[in-house]
Amino acid sequence: MQRYFISRVIQSLLVLAGVLMMVFFMMHLTGDPAGLMASRNASPEEIARLRDQMGLNRPMTIQFFEFAIDVLSGDFGNSTRYHQPAMDLILERLPATVELASISLFISMIIGIPLGLLGGSNPNSMVDYLARGAGLFGQTVPNFWLALILILVFGLHLGWFPTFGRETWRFMGLTLPTRSVFLPACSLSLFTLGQLARFTRSAVMEVRSEDYILTARSKGLSVRRIYIQHILRNASIPLISIVGVQFGYLLSGSIYIETIFSWPGLGNLLADAIGNRDFALVQGIAFFSSFVVVILNLLTDMAYATADPRVRYGE
Amino acid sequence: MENLLEVKNLTTRFHTFDGIVHALNGVTFHVGKGEILAVVGESGSGKSVAMMSILGLLPSPPATIDAGSAKLFTKDTAVDLLTLSKAEMNRVRGRQIGFIFQDALSALNPVMTVGSQISETLVRHLDFSWGRARTRTIELMNQVGIPGAAQRLNQYPHQFSGGMRQRVMIALAAACRPRLLIADEPTTALDVTVQAQILELVLRLQREMDLSLIWITHDLGVVAGLADRVLVMYAGRPVETAPVDTLYDHPLHPYTRGLLRAVPSLDRDTKAPLESIEGLPPDLLSPPCHCQFAWRCPCVFDRCWQDNPPYLEVAPGHIVTCFYDLDNGRPH
Amino acid sequence: MGNNKMSEPQKAQGHQGATGLGVDQQKKQGVMPVLQYVWRLFWRDKPGLLGLIMVLILVFCAVGAPWITAYDPVKPNLRDAKKPPVWMENGIKGHLLGTDNLGRDLFTRIIYGSRVSLTVGFLGVLMACSAGMAIGMAAGYFGGRIDALIMGLVNMILALPYLVFVVFIAAILGRSLLNVILIFGLTDIPIFVRIARGEVLRMREAGFIESAQSVGASTFRILSTHVLPNLIGPLITLATFEMSAMIFYEAGLGFLGLSVPPNVPSWGNMLAVGRQYLTIYPWFATFPGLAIVFAGIGMNLLGDWLRDALDPRLRRMKR
Repeated sequence: MQRYFISRVIQSLLVLAGVLMMVFFMMHLTGDPAGLMASRNASPEEIARLRDQMGLNRPMTIQFFEFAIDVLSGDFGNSTRYHQPAMDLILERLPATVELASISLFISMIIGIPLGLLGGSNPNSMVDYLARGAGLFGQTVPNFWLALILILVFGLHLGWFPTFGRETWRFMGLTLPTRSVFLPACSLSLFTLGQLARFTRSAVMEVRSEDYILTARSKGLSVRRIYIQHILRNASIPLISIVGVQFGYLLSGSIYIETIFSWPGLGNLLADAIGNRDFALVQGIAFFSSFVVVILNLLTDMAYATADPRVRYGE
Repeated sequence: MENLLEVKNLTTRFHTFDGIVHALNGVTFHVGKGEILAVVGESGSGKSVAMMSILGLLPSPPATIDAGSAKLFTKDTAVDLLTLSKAEMNRVRGRQIGFIFQDALSALNPVMTVGSQISETLVRHLDFSWGRARTRTIELMNQVGIPGAAQRLNQYPHQFSGGMRQRVMIALAAACRPRLLIADEPTTALDVTVQAQILELVLRLQREMDLSLIWITHDLGVVAGLADRVLVMYAGRPVETAPVDTLYDHPLHPYTRGLLRAVPSLDRDTKAPLESIEGLPPDLLSPPCHCQFAWRCPCVFDRCWQDNPPYLEVAPGHIVTCFYDLDNGRPH
Repeated sequence: MGNNKMSEPQKAQGHQGATGLGVDQQKKQGVMPVLQYVWRLFWRDKPGLLGLIMVLILVFCAVGAPWITAYDPVKPNLRDAKKPPVWMENGIKGHLLGTDNLGRDLFTRIIYGSRVSLTVGFLGVLMACSAGMAIGMAAGYFGGRIDALIMGLVNMILALPYLVFVVFIAAILGRSLLNVILIFGLTDIPIFVRIARGEVLRMREAGFIESAQSVGASTFRILSTHVLPNLIGPLITLATFEMSAMIFYEAGLGFLGLSVPPNVPSWGNMLAVGRQYLTIYPWFATFPGLAIVFAGIGMNLLGDWLRDALDPRLRRMKR
């Protein structure tokens, strides 16, 4: 298992090196990063000056290595709009995004997983249709549209929840979420909820048809024990991966929701940066979210390997 | 001999997308106390399905048991297994009847230790505490010949070799000293040398625990040295039942005869081609109402295309389902 | 025995019956029975039928937009601006779902919007699928270093936060239909590569690539006559799901103002406008969203059906 871990770590480092290259060369997609970064009505002279200033006239490889060294030392360059290091801006916005993603994941898990379990255990029952419906709607209802509808109904019409910004509650030195997170988290969790319901359902159905369940039944075990000890235990192992991947998705995919609810997180920062053509900041966010997702995937795989004895005691 | 299990007219169907598969068409047989019954037939003949039907292990849907009875005789009462409630059936499975599956790798839960998979049966049926079940599990594992049981208890199925895994499976099925052990081709997935060891182990347990044993196989070669009686199945129906010696010396069904001829033996003429039965078993999706073997039968005559042959007891304990009298070379 | 004559034809039937195929398939042959069989599969799976109908409606809207509605989807008509749907107070006749901030008929714009969605979905998937299939086949067939390199790249791209990168690239390239198609067509390749490669590996394991090689078939011939036909089923299924996903993401880009130019009627652009007027004119945003959901559900149901219908292993188990 140690060898597996080591190879996974090396793999993750390679992915990060690839991300670094992608983020760098993406700026050169149009052939002219300076034109991209300059304000829309900049004159050709201004652009030329900017190009010179950014060192874009030097060989590409030198530019790349400089960029790589900067990024590895935690320096994503300065935001052209805020005139602050991009890293500072990112870290400042991170807690809001983590709060939103965690609560979304929590909502998805407490609804999606039981729904999938019940649905998979009773194929073609009412609960099963509900689970399949959740999977279908999660995949087809855009969260940005759902957010608008939730604002209309719960924010404007019923007035139950705030629809704008983030309020926190300070308690014993901790920053705790308030109900302002409810609507954004609900909208964001829809997709994940559906995915969890869907995967849990199919995992349960798959495990139910395994030979060892037949063995368990032939031993005369109670239905309860078969479910808890055999079906749930086996079905929950692949769920580890799904939950890990989904948390990565939630952390990096909240751009619409944060924009709609003016939630001061990374997604909102990204949308702003794009609107302001603040590409140093966009680069920083892209690399940072990739970094978080890659690390999360690594941790997920390690958790999976620990949970599954076939991997734990494998070669 | 007193009977332990009497199965009558067992009829099982699978309702699939393409139509109804008539998997079992009136299966009748019995097992005596302490007897070893070998059930022989090619794949799809319904050997396993019959055993799974008796224990209610078939998934429903698509399976339905449409007719028949399966009486299990305990001390002085008889219960029909097919009419038991789920809870009652759970008291029979594992307690009265143990089941050994073919492929132990897929039949054992990969994320549970071997020990706990054996112990949970003991806890369930014999009201053992987990501690006591553990001690008993080590005994059982020793009994089936797993060295270092006390340590291997905590290992997972994939850490065992194929033969050792099958031993675990056997320990598990025999854990509660059931009265009947059903072994569904337990040696098919194993090396030949290991096969013999497993065979011996099951026979030893059968003697030690005084069990009845149903051994499902498609290998007539194994049957001779093993069984008291043989049941030959074809297309979801028994075609011939007889004590093992009778069956080998004096087979009465053309199919049985074909099977026996197809067993390669070491002393046969090596230049002669291997014998085989021509044709394929019928599609059970739309079985005709005549003898299922008619298409392949060398002795077929007009009656065979009209009716299904009934069970015919030609000698005590020797039952054959065929219209043709092989002894006299003419129809009965 | 004289009875043998009678038994011959029945013998033949018995053999045929044992091949394991469905009964209907053997009795009839030709195009009509196949269509009948497909229809039977649809009829048994009502959600699949519903999905097919929904997708057909969508295609009909995109193709026949000018015949369905008489209004111009782009030209403003400020006199009738911001009218609510017909059934609401102040709704005016002729504008079923009301009008937008520039007085353009919302129903008309939604109908025309299906053109952008379907174009992006279809061309994007076509591009991703053909490229992904070729690359995946190469990886699976040749194996070795090529495989390792391709799969390394694929796994890297699939591990990235998709949305962040799509938004990033879209912001760099600027708003145009072609750019949007290119973005989705390129970023979606890895998924198709993965599936195509997996299928090729499965065929390799089943041994029939080796058996074709052993009789001296050329690489091209093996790939085109043995491998390709077996890839079509899984790839068509995946394509359906991916098309639905692309429509979803295109709307998302439009919502952020990063998809097609603002004057082009697209569901995403309409949602972006709808968001600005959400509090006063809620119907601006409601209906385009429903259109996205409609398209997504149709394609997902159809995809689910295709997966079941094209996978014979699943089909036989189904009741």
